[in-house]
Amino acid sequence: MAGRRFSLITKGFLKENPTFVLLLGMCPTLATTTSAINGLEMGLATLFVLVLSNIAISLIAPKVPDKVHIPVYIVVIATFVTVLQLLMQAFVPEVYRTLGLFIPLIVVNCIILGRAEAFAGKNGWLDSACDGLGIGLGFTVSLTVIGIIREILGNGSFFGWKFIQGDGILAFVMAPGAFLVLGYLMVIFNKIAKK
Amino acid sequence: MAAKSNLLNMALCLTLVCLFCAALLGGVYALTKEPIDNAAAAEAKAAIAQVLPEGGEISQALSAGGYEYYESRMDSVVNAYAVKTSTNGFGGLLTLMVGVLPDGTIYNTKVLSHSETPGLGAKCTSDARFMAQWKGFAAGKKLTVTKDGGDVDAITASTITSRAYAKAVEQARELVKSLQEE
Repeated sequence: MAGRRFSLITKGFLKENPTFVLLLGMCPTLATTTSAINGLEMGLATLFVLVLSNIAISLIAPKVPDKVHIPVYIVVIATFVTVLQLLMQAFVPEVYRTLGLFIPLIVVNCIILGRAEAFAGKNGWLDSACDGLGIGLGFTVSLTVIGIIREILGNGSFFGWKFIQGDGILAFVMAPGAFLVLGYLMVIFNKIAKK
Repeated sequence: MAAKSNLLNMALCLTLVCLFCAALLGGVYALTKEPIDNAAAAEAKAAIAQVLPEGGEISQALSAGGYEYYESRMDSVVNAYAVKTSTNGFGGLLTLMVGVLPDGTIYNTKVLSHSETPGLGAKCTSDARFMAQWKGFAAGKKLTVTKDGGDVDAITASTITSRAYAKAVEQARELVKSLQEE
């Protein structure tokens, strides 16, 4: 049992990595990874919502009538996102300012509703929490890696520590760079995962 | 697995879930309201203090010409103004706090909020060269970017943001000028 839970957590990194394998949550992935720290923060914010919504949904799912289960899931997810938003505004206003708009958009992140549908609605709360943790961590690591690469190429810095003076390759800070980095990482990732 | 749907249990379930969620949100809102307000107030106060010379006595919020501004007094003589101005940047409103000395020299500027592109226009809060030029920007210098024949060095590849920034500073300078004439 413990081994199964452990594999629920680890599968998010490789086998079911949300970014490089499932290709879910592309909007925040492309938009917020302009620097390593932004990617990391966005990943952690999503992780928080994912774990809580997975637990809540796994607890209420057996009682929810089939025809209204999607609206119920969305209400639950939106509630946790708003809670997160208020907490961030209150206690980490600096982080809230950089991520701003993308926090409310976690509601429509397909990863969260996807996990609710595919996993939390059919499993116990502890398994669902592990699933949320695994997928959330996988998402966080993926976003951070994309952020690190874009920041190095686009700005010549690593987590804000500037080691190349002057401007970097501007395109990598903007949208085209996000697609390029994501594409190449996907190639590398699938190569490793297939072995 | 999931319960069979009928009108009653669907309505009941949605009502209960919404009620519970609304209660939870209300609770969190009440708990976080004070820290959020405090953070916003502290930030505004810090921004005002940052753009004014040290040691002055800062007044309450005043208003003139549709702008919110603050006076700093030293020995009961006004030695600087902090003016809040907004202009349209590249991605939305760019709001600044601008410190202006009575003779029209810019003392310092600070971005209160912006929605500029990360890595480009957003550099108006981090680009050292761009930010440094505002400290002591002389009264006689023209507040437009060099591309338009002015004296403001724009941020690389972010002319629109730089123009908006210069315009906001200009508005503050104009306001102080009109206050001086009164």
